[in-house]
Amino acid sequence: MLEEVGTTTEGDLVINVGPQHPATHGVLHLVITLNGETIKKVEPHLGFIHRSIEKMCESLTYRQFIYVTSRMDYLSSHINNHACALCVEKGLQVEIPPRAQVIRVLMDELTRIASHELWWGAMAMDLGAFTPFFHAFREREGINDIMEETCGARLTMNYMVPGGVMQDLHPNFQKKVKEFLQLYKRKIHEYDELVTGNIIFQNRMKGIGYLSPEDAVSYGCSGPTARGSGVSSDIRKLYPYEIYDKLEFDEVLENGGDSFARYMIRIREMQQSVRIIEQLIDNIPEGDFQAKTKAVLKLPKGEFYTRVETARGELGVYIVSEGGTTPYRIKFRSPGFSNLSVLDHIARGSKLGDLVAMMGTLDLVIPDIDR
Amino acid sequence: MWSFSHIANEIHEWLSKTFNPTLTLIIEMVIAGVAVIGLFAALGLVLVIMERKVSAWIQIRLGPNRVGSKGMLQSLADTLKLLVKEGLTPNGADKIMFNLAPFIAMIVAMLLMAPIAFAKDFQLWDLNIGVLYVSAVSSIMVISILMAGWSSNNKYSLMGAMRSGAQIVSYELSAGLSILSIVVLTGSLQVSDIIHSQANGWWIFKGHIPAWIAFVTFIIAVTAETNRAPFDLAEAESELTAGFHTEYSGMKFALFFLAEYVNVFIVCAIGATLFLGGWMPFHIGNWTAFNHVMDYIPSSVWFFGKTFFLIFVIMWFRWTFPRLRIDQLLNLEWKYLLPISMINLLLVTAMAILGWHF
Amino acid sequence: MQNEELKAKITELLSAATFEEGGEWLNINVEPADWLPLAQQLRNDTSLYFDYLFCLTCIDWKTHLTMVYHLSSTKHRHNIVIKSKLDRNKPEIQTVSQVWKTAEFHEREVYEMFGVNFLNHPDLRLLILPDGWEGKNPLRKDFEDPINMIKL
Repeated sequence: MLEEVGTTTEGDLVINVGPQHPATHGVLHLVITLNGETIKKVEPHLGFIHRSIEKMCESLTYRQFIYVTSRMDYLSSHINNHACALCVEKGLQVEIPPRAQVIRVLMDELTRIASHELWWGAMAMDLGAFTPFFHAFREREGINDIMEETCGARLTMNYMVPGGVMQDLHPNFQKKVKEFLQLYKRKIHEYDELVTGNIIFQNRMKGIGYLSPEDAVSYGCSGPTARGSGVSSDIRKLYPYEIYDKLEFDEVLENGGDSFARYMIRIREMQQSVRIIEQLIDNIPEGDFQAKTKAVLKLPKGEFYTRVETARGELGVYIVSEGGTTPYRIKFRSPGFSNLSVLDHIARGSKLGDLVAMMGTLDLVIPDIDR
Repeated sequence: MWSFSHIANEIHEWLSKTFNPTLTLIIEMVIAGVAVIGLFAALGLVLVIMERKVSAWIQIRLGPNRVGSKGMLQSLADTLKLLVKEGLTPNGADKIMFNLAPFIAMIVAMLLMAPIAFAKDFQLWDLNIGVLYVSAVSSIMVISILMAGWSSNNKYSLMGAMRSGAQIVSYELSAGLSILSIVVLTGSLQVSDIIHSQANGWWIFKGHIPAWIAFVTFIIAVTAETNRAPFDLAEAESELTAGFHTEYSGMKFALFFLAEYVNVFIVCAIGATLFLGGWMPFHIGNWTAFNHVMDYIPSSVWFFGKTFFLIFVIMWFRWTFPRLRIDQLLNLEWKYLLPISMINLLLVTAMAILGWHF
Repeated sequence: MQNEELKAKITELLSAATFEEGGEWLNINVEPADWLPLAQQLRNDTSLYFDYLFCLTCIDWKTHLTMVYHLSSTKHRHNIVIKSKLDRNKPEIQTVSQVWKTAEFHEREVYEMFGVNFLNHPDLRLLILPDGWEGKNPLRKDFEDPINMIKL
């Protein structure tokens, strides 16, 4: 790698952004070739926190491996768990009780809001505004507290088990969620006042990092990154799981394809999540929170694939079973990995400062990319 | 009456009585030097804690609250920490330039203290080209940043320094032009003259809209000149880790850090002097009683009050705005601010000739 | 398009393809040599239009390796799975990174994890693993690392 670092024969400057760099939010290493301030090439180097979760899961049982996946995309760990639980249930062909389904969806959406909040704060920080980060965390704390009460953890919830959820909701859950929604609705306009409407912010975002719909699909982008280019890709709408087909919410689409479109998608998605939570919070059905499953789970021989929508895009879980108690091979199709691959494409020709903004709008979570 | 000028005169008289004139001058110079260094240190401490408290207030958190009462000694503790830290010089760096750069930054900041009138008749050096001196000396700042960036032998530093060079050189222009508009109104470059011309009203009120335009331009330009957000591209930490002072540590870093804050103080003091009447109290036309009450407030309180208000405004910018991009930054200066301030200067000149101001 | 129609259409394109049903999606087994031409047709045929490669991976079956491509169409919303058996000792297959750009990164991942050699790949280097891991292929079943691996 050494010969890549320095100046090239054409006099371009090669700089390393990362692995320890304030803009990479983790240990992503980008080797950037610059001509003055203009980017000629971005080359990601991954693997600084690769733990080979896929290999690890091969030696864990179907109950155990779910908890490792919390550490993939730690900001939407609940949704990761959900995807794995769904995949195991698909193999076991278990019917999940309605109460568990509603709880799962509620938690998913709360996780999505929390993840987008963090993204919002971190992205504003990339652009040099520090204050939004703290304002975002004020709301995010509310969600973390709710999670802590019910799941026992704030970040890696590990609340999912094949067949339902681990324990019943905390008695305070409904009250707390309603309080949070109230707070959130009171504060959401501050986001627009502080960041979205800011003229500097808009100039930094509009027309930057254009991603055409064709490229978005070809690069395998999903989630807000694809929807910012007008590609309909919400798994909750296209391939509904749990009770998403019975819920009223819109798939948020923007046609700009630039950083600002991707930004607006996430801001509007938070409101859709609030809508979903509002529909469900007073209608949690009574009943079991877990289906009866055997103590030792064995999946039949075959291949099982589930797709869910995490806060970053489409997460695929591909389990190949040989009929044993552990998966023979497991593959996580992580949204961040594909979304990162588009960075070089959209960053070429723009300024160094814009790269940071683009990385912000792609919402990269490094453990999700490295796995 | 107790005042800075009174104390200064007492000291001067006592020294004149006791020593011969040469020795008096030397002792007075030493006192002035010590005072400037003391003020430099004190300002650094006060402004750092102020920035941290202001940012904490904006960011709905508490800020430093452990060292001293309500964390007021935090910056002192930080300074102590920085003093005892090792000042590393990177192996590939140009040693002399690398070590010299922070001192140049500090010297510039100290030199700029000279023409500032801190209170009524209390000024180190009331030279007849005071305002010109300030603009001239403050441009030396860019040399220290370029030196630091170049000699660090670090690509982040170099890019930060180059950005900073482009930025400071461009924004000098509109800062200079907006200063010039007040000089046109006053007809003098001397700081004391400018302040005395505002005895019957500050220029921001007397100068109508052109003075406001000049004031706003001035605030934007000096925010950029002091490398503060939203114009902190030279040290844009999300892009360049720390820009030109990436390689600095310990006291050498602290000198840059303090110089930045002292520069903020100085530009705000200049702004307060030019547009808000310096130490002049707030007077309204013929309201004699009101004006008398205002006169009772010491002139130093007026000066520091105005200055710190402007500092607060600049801090407020920093903690609310995202950063500009380098081309947007230069566009703002060359396509908007510079033409505006040039036309504004014409307006002000016309106003001064025709006597349209109060 | 339903599975039956897809089957008919793909048989038309490649008569050597064999099908496997029972799973969620239609599985199609192809020979490595047939893959690239088929991929181009799958991508460009207007009635198929598989423009979204959402998962690309490999499975080590101890006797052979199997490449697995999950394809979807954003226009018609149908999905298929393509599988291709590779020789374990000399795994080679044509790259599809010019058909679906996302394959470039995914193939690099499979290259380092399984040692599959993607022919004509524009930039086949290690992506995740650090330098010096060439040819070690950690996701293969027989991979042993006595220092870093913890046996459960």
